[in-house]
Amino acid sequence: MEKYRINPSKGLELGLYTLGDHLPNPHTGERISAQQRLNEIIELAQLAEQAGLDFFSVGESHQDFFTTQAHSVVLGALAQATDKIKIASSSTIISTLDPVRVYEDFATIDLISDGRTEIVAGRASRVGNFELLGYDLRDYEGLFEEKFDLLRQINEEEVINWSGEYRAPLRNARILPRPKEGWMPIWRAVGGSPGSARKAGYAGVPMFMAHLGGPASVFKRTIDAYRDAARQGGHDPAELPIATAGFFYAAETSQQALRDLYPHINEGMKRTNGQGFPKQHFAQGVDPHNIMNIGSPQEIIEKILYQHELFGHQRYIAQMDFGGMPFDRLKKNIDIIGAEILPAIKKYTAQK
Amino acid sequence: MKVVGLSGSIVGSKTRTAMDYTIEKLKEKYPDIETELIDLADYDIQFSDGRHYLDYEGDTKYVTQTVMEADALIIGTPIFQSSIPATLKNIFDLLPVNAFRDKVVGMLATAGSPKHYLIVEQHLKPILGYMKAQIVQTYVFIEEEDFYQKEIVNHDVLFRIERLVEDTFVLTETYQKVREAEEAKYDF
Repeated sequence: MEKYRINPSKGLELGLYTLGDHLPNPHTGERISAQQRLNEIIELAQLAEQAGLDFFSVGESHQDFFTTQAHSVVLGALAQATDKIKIASSSTIISTLDPVRVYEDFATIDLISDGRTEIVAGRASRVGNFELLGYDLRDYEGLFEEKFDLLRQINEEEVINWSGEYRAPLRNARILPRPKEGWMPIWRAVGGSPGSARKAGYAGVPMFMAHLGGPASVFKRTIDAYRDAARQGGHDPAELPIATAGFFYAAETSQQALRDLYPHINEGMKRTNGQGFPKQHFAQGVDPHNIMNIGSPQEIIEKILYQHELFGHQRYIAQMDFGGMPFDRLKKNIDIIGAEILPAIKKYTAQK
Repeated sequence: MKVVGLSGSIVGSKTRTAMDYTIEKLKEKYPDIETELIDLADYDIQFSDGRHYLDYEGDTKYVTQTVMEADALIIGTPIFQSSIPATLKNIFDLLPVNAFRDKVVGMLATAGSPKHYLIVEQHLKPILGYMKAQIVQTYVFIEEEDFYQKEIVNHDVLFRIERLVEDTFVLTETYQKVREAEEAKYDF
């Protein structure tokens, strides 16, 4: 775990992530400018740091209603704007980028941030980036696997000899600069299905597991599949960190939390995905066994602790800014996390 | 309320003939609702390659988006080789999981043989059920002999289509009311 800059004795890491969505506030129908949204993301990371959170990450989506397409540039700004918090992508769509350029960018961000940077690489659930950036969707799997392997090889070896199908060969190529410690954590983004988790496990790569809603026990199968595949691949699961990522919202009562959050999720998903979030399913989100961390601070603490007991994961990252959530609400949530949720989670998960 | 008719084949005329009559009947009985007939023969639709439906372009995007935005669908299908045509299955494959949640779907089938009567029951309904449709259980089954020169000449079929139209409308309206009442209970 130390290799991945994670110290389990300090307890479960908590963080925030944003997809960088740029959606109207459903209550007013108004949308802030892309510039304001970017500035607010940077401020959100600063507030997260001040509240004592461990981690902040930014996603890459090339489609309407998003604003962090150039996510590594945003992370460069975050590196400068913060001092302690770990920063990362969530995720970098490595399939349609050049791993050499990605590594150069992130190693640079790692140096600027003084060794706080990580890469989470994914395959994209929406695929507008393929045509936009000049790739064939038929190579969806092949592009990811090859480029992800190359990215990991660059992380391990400073001088690269490599040839593959989707990129010009590299002959004694020195990929510079190197990260502060010569190496940085690279995670595989997993959409929640056991099949995808197995691929991360076989390769012995840390898993970043995103989840929408549903019983936590269903996601336990994905976690088990990951660790099982890791063992089969000759890796020690105890040395491989797991992060989970999903919706979060705290308010005085769970009813208030549902009321505050629902229109943002429902309208936001309609715009970005074509289908809203059914109320019946959302109402189940406050159940202690549901993986969505929505409710009163105390309920959320219990949920996160339950998930930690079930999964034995090392990091949970919360998405609270989706769908045009007003910034004052985000601030209030960070206050609640810093004052109530974070201290309780650390207290109960740190090894004494 | 928007009802979309989907004529699921690119060959032949029987399904289109039946669907034309169905949409006419719908307009006549419920002039205030929005209706649209999509005949797959009029569109150039690509095979599903697994991407999200909003990531397609041209006709493929238009048809999937129109289906997704409908409150109710009436699907017309011929029976080929004891199943639904590939063109219709492709539409289902293009759509996301749970695509028909909160939608009512009525069906009619045209066939060259009465032996195909249960194909809708065995092939189409399981797909619609998986996709979370509220199914209008009774469908209209129409045979070769019911058509003459691109007209339906069997009054029994015409009456059945009329009932299918009524049932689809009533169920859509009813499910909408039920859903609104249920959602209002949540207080969020």
